Amino acid sequence: MAQLNAKRQPAKIYFRIGERSYDYNMTRELTCIVCPMGCSLKVELTDGKVTAISGNTCKRGEEYAENECTNPQRTVTTTIMCEDGAPIAVKTDRPVPKEKIFEVMKLVNKKVASLPVSVGDVLLDDVFGSNIVATASRGE
Amino acid sequence: MDLVIIGGGPAGMSAAIAAYESGIRDMVILERDESLGGILQQCIHNGFGLHKFGEELTGPEYAWRYEKKVRELNIPVKLGTMVLDITEDKVITATNPEDGIFTIEAKAIILAMGCRERSKGALNIAGSRPAGIYSAGTAQKYVNMKGYMPGKNVVILGSGDIGLIMARRMTLEGAKVHAVCELMPYSGGLARNIEQCLNDFGIPLKLSHTVVEIHGKERVTGVTIAKVDENRKPILETKEYIPCDTLLLSVGLIPENELSKSAGISLSTITSGADVDQDRQTSIPGIFACGNVLHVHDLVDFVSEEAEIAGKSAALYIQNGKENTCSIALETDGKIRYTVPQRITENKDVKVYFRVADVFKNVKINVYSGENVVFSKRKQKVAPGEMESILLKKEMLEGAEKLTFKLEEA
Ligand code: SF4
Repeated sequence: MAQLNAKRQPAKIYFRIGERSYDYNMTRELTCIVCPMGCSLKVELTDGKVTAISGNTCKRGEEYAENECTNPQRTVTTTIMCEDGAPIAVKTDRPVPKEKIFEVMKLVNKKVASLPVSVGDVLLDDVFGSNIVATASRGE
Repeated sequence: MDLVIIGGGPAGMSAAIAAYESGIRDMVILERDESLGGILQQCIHNGFGLHKFGEELTGPEYAWRYEKKVRELNIPVKLGTMVLDITEDKVITATNPEDGIFTIEAKAIILAMGCRERSKGALNIAGSRPAGIYSAGTAQKYVNMKGYMPGKNVVILGSGDIGLIMARRMTLEGAKVHAVCELMPYSGGLARNIEQCLNDFGIPLKLSHTVVEIHGKERVTGVTIAKVDENRKPILETKEYIPCDTLLLSVGLIPENELSKSAGISLSTITSGADVDQDRQTSIPGIFACGNVLHVHDLVDFVSEEAEIAGKSAALYIQNGKENTCSIALETDGKIRYTVPQRITENKDVKVYFRVADVFKNVKINVYSGENVVFSKRKQKVAPGEMESILLKKEMLEGAEKLTFKLEEA
């Protein structure tokens, strides 16, 4: 992401976000994932900075587009194994940087949770700025 | 008993709460599983509840909000209870280990049994049937509820939402998803799921592609996929072999209506669910249906909304009976596949849900009463994967016998 903030850049630089690489000056087409409407967004990038956003139906789409092009983030939902040998559903209580998703998974998969577990319990803290919280209950 | 609700998933719980809030007390929810929540328990991803609660919840969290309410209100629930039969006279036969086989005579019934996965897509694929072929929902249950990974190298046939969600889920748990093949030229899933479940992980979505052969004797060793032409026939020159140990099928959902059939409820051939009026009453007075047993929804928020209508209406039916003040059939032009409700029997504002048969751009949804357009709305894009709705105002129903829903060029 350092490139995005740098002032002077050669004309063509490719940068990577997740699995995709992008041209430094370009129009990016995104699908807003904030709500089920799934609006198609167009984002103009000039020198790696967002200069125009279109296609969004609401303000949240604009925020999403900006974030997605500068610091893409995702909420991770997965399971943590419990001491009884069955998994329980969990999520990051806030979005984590997209490129950290697999590291989140590694940390979560190392953990074994003790029962009982209730919805909202923090099972693992300080995971890239988020907590891993239970989204289901068991053994109450 | 006043009211029996069959199914304790999101539809059953919402309907029960709505009926309770309308004054019904003598009621019970019959649930087959050992806990409430239905399919939401295994849908651990987020994206639920934006309409209903204004926040993004996971499936179990969404279910929990309703379960908590059901418990607070002390609505009776029988878990582990299988309904064997319902009759036209609203006699329910059910069984569980505690009570054995028992019958309940109900004044009203709400059907909320949900849906099951179609298995059809697998039938016309060449090759034997080795281990390693699962429906996406079964795989979801294994991974999320049992902690068991069905395979390491995966191909998914069908791009419905469960297939997309499972592509991401298997990838997170260390599997390689080689491709999602979709027979149609468009995906049946939500655009946001294509973005966050496939694009985020670089999983290719192969539109107009199908699996033509499954390889392997005991276990799947690979599949052959091919592009299809406009008639959905595989183009053999485009065959491509993908080694894999698992094939997931996500080829659609179908309302679970065995019980409705035995009661003699008339079913729509298009939705495979009951034919209902605006109150979600079926062809048998006093039997209501809501949620995925009525028609397959893409958002649980709309399931809850629909179930509330059914719950309130069942309460009214029990308290005062229900009188029809009009009889309007809702018809469609084929481009619009179906509407729910299919008929209107009372003169009031009615929200009508519908689904289209194909992807259309720049269209108008026009509702005709005879020659007159009583409602018109422009849409930039409509797709089969996304349910639409419009609100018909009371005035628009005046004097109508039939309303025809058409998709026309804008
Ligand atoms: S732009 Fe607004 S309406 Fe469109 S998908 Fe994003 S959040 Fe939803």
